[in-house]
Amino acid sequence: MYIEANGRQIEAKPGEMVLDALNRAGVKVPTLCHMAGLFPSGACRMCVVEIEGMNGLVPSCAFPVQEGMKIKTHSPRAIRARKTIVELLLSDHPDDCLYCVRNKNCQLQDLSEELGVRQRRYTGAKSECNIDTSSPSIVRDPAKCILCGKCVRVCEEIQGVSAIDFAKRGSKAHIATAFDMGLNVSSCINCGQCIMVCPTGALRETSNIKEVMDAIHDPNKFVVVQHAPSISVTVGEEFGLKPGTDSVGIMTAALRRLGFDRVFDTSFSADLTIMEEAAELVHRIKNDGVLPMFTSCSPGWIKFVEQFYPEFIPNLSTCKSPQEMLGAIVKSYFAEREGFDPKQIFSVSIMPCTAKKFEAERPEMGRHGIADLDAVLTTRELARIIKMRGLDLNDMQPQPTDTPFGERSSAGKLFGVSGGVMEAAIRTAHYMITGDEMDEMQVKDLRGLNGIKESTIKVAGIELNVAAVSGLGNARQMLDDIRAGKKQIHFMEVMTCPGGCIAGGGQPVGARLDAIKARMKSLYEIDRDSLLVTSYNNKYIKKLYDEFLEKPLGHRSHELLHTHYAQRDVLM
Amino acid sequence: MNETIETILSKYPNAKRDALIPILQDVQEVEGHLSVEAVAHIGKYLNLPASKIYGVATFYNQFRFETLGKYHIQICRGTACHVKGSAKLLDAFKRELKIEAGRTTRDGMFSLEVVACIGACGLAPVISVNGEVHAGVVPDKVKSILKMYREKDANNE
Repeated sequence: MYIEANGRQIEAKPGEMVLDALNRAGVKVPTLCHMAGLFPSGACRMCVVEIEGMNGLVPSCAFPVQEGMKIKTHSPRAIRARKTIVELLLSDHPDDCLYCVRNKNCQLQDLSEELGVRQRRYTGAKSECNIDTSSPSIVRDPAKCILCGKCVRVCEEIQGVSAIDFAKRGSKAHIATAFDMGLNVSSCINCGQCIMVCPTGALRETSNIKEVMDAIHDPNKFVVVQHAPSISVTVGEEFGLKPGTDSVGIMTAALRRLGFDRVFDTSFSADLTIMEEAAELVHRIKNDGVLPMFTSCSPGWIKFVEQFYPEFIPNLSTCKSPQEMLGAIVKSYFAEREGFDPKQIFSVSIMPCTAKKFEAERPEMGRHGIADLDAVLTTRELARIIKMRGLDLNDMQPQPTDTPFGERSSAGKLFGVSGGVMEAAIRTAHYMITGDEMDEMQVKDLRGLNGIKESTIKVAGIELNVAAVSGLGNARQMLDDIRAGKKQIHFMEVMTCPGGCIAGGGQPVGARLDAIKARMKSLYEIDRDSLLVTSYNNKYIKKLYDEFLEKPLGHRSHELLHTHYAQRDVLM
Repeated sequence: MNETIETILSKYPNAKRDALIPILQDVQEVEGHLSVEAVAHIGKYLNLPASKIYGVATFYNQFRFETLGKYHIQICRGTACHVKGSAKLLDAFKRELKIEAGRTTRDGMFSLEVVACIGACGLAPVISVNGEVHAGVVPDKVKSILKMYREKDANNE
């Protein structure tokens, strides 16, 4: 069917909303509350258009197409209405763009600019709100909130958590946790997906930039940094590189210029995680251990299980996540080897994730009162400190990562995408069980952006049912099915964020779906072109076991690389 | 406390989310307010997140989240009282007690509630303290009314 937009015929699908048809045809209509794939909420009214034969303006996100309808998206009346909405939103806004973390990357600012708002036509009382800094991961500044409701929806509809909702009404309406308590005591799992959908600066990560800069400039500190598998394919976007560009070499160069004493790759400890996790899986299968086993790399997922599904805690792999494993190895093996007191080392990780900040603060993540990691920065914070130092990734010459934790297999690199941990683990588990390499290393069923991916792998006559899930709403569904006996799964990977770490809550804000796809494609291309695609063939991993750890699940591994979980009582 | 809530919940077998408001009203009726524990309990029963229940409960003026004060002051903000200056009266109480409407003083003596018309428009502006109606209350009278109840309490009346 056809509709007419601004005098041009465009194709529309019966039943779809006007906005979707317009977007597909490349007609840009602004919106502040629309979320692709979810039911329209019609809250912000920015997408109003004029439709011939109708009296009022119509919100295009919530109005179904009709054959032959004639739409004007930018009539003077529609533009005036949008401008008024922005002016009203600004009337109680703090108006402090120069001080805002989202300056130059804010939808409200963009719209104000696009619509030519040049004066404060309405000045209302500013909303008085307390900034919630209680969480180690996320800061909430309700004064900047425009009540679009996207954070509430992503928390409930995508993540199945519902830590926040609308409270009160009228001019007192605001987004709140239950009883307006701090995020740290709420059911928030720290995933940061709310930050990713927030059109303004009302939500941001807890910044750890200062601690890191202080450590770098402290002559008594030896500052070590590691970067997560997905960072190299996303950080470039902050510097105008094409989405998915692998900038591992120039990022390493930039990290050295920033003053980090050693630059390591978390993908190395992802290989280490695989050695431990695959061994744990094999051990559970051979010894009638608790199955299905769930991966434990994603800290949002861990907290989710601890509070919502404590009966599944024994199913979680006891492996620490790669950042914590590398942190623990740096402050033991590396410190010993290089002759450092572990207290002298300041260990930083660059993560695509806000929940990693929470994870690093878990009391279990350390030994003898020394934390495995001292600070976690998100991709966004990394870009900020690079810019603050006056550097630009575009001007850098690539440099190699430092040994001994620099060499990684591409299996470790796959930790950045949903399905990647599973694929990497299968490669190694297959070898551990059979002693042979897999004929076909790539597990196609586990690739792509679907929220639930399942496959059956045959290993030495055993059929293993595996699943890779991303988005905790999907995980909830799987756990309910497993509990009800509807699913027979042996091994399940869960990543908190939809699509995995490439779309994590610490990644550049404002990425569109095609950017996420490009990041995913890039990681799979790295794997396709790699000569080292299995964790057990990483010679530095072998060396680490020979010189220090002895064997997977050995005594030292237990002490350094494994952890435990406990039920959490939070207000759910 | 759990037993009280269990008793209330047992009146709502197989309840779904549409039973939330009547349940909240019943719990408040018995306990005087909605405690964190009560909300958590109701949430488990109805399979609703606490944030959502808090959202619903704060939407309506009738729900409170703190225990009532020994003397519960209801200030009428209906039309007639409004015309007769109840906004200023409410401000005077807030200033004097140093609390917002819906809250309870730290010593637990007074709590403040804004109510719509209590049906005594002829006496506007009107307040009710533990059911005792005071007519024609102007802001100047606030101090003496509070003093009266403090004395009353001190004399154990």
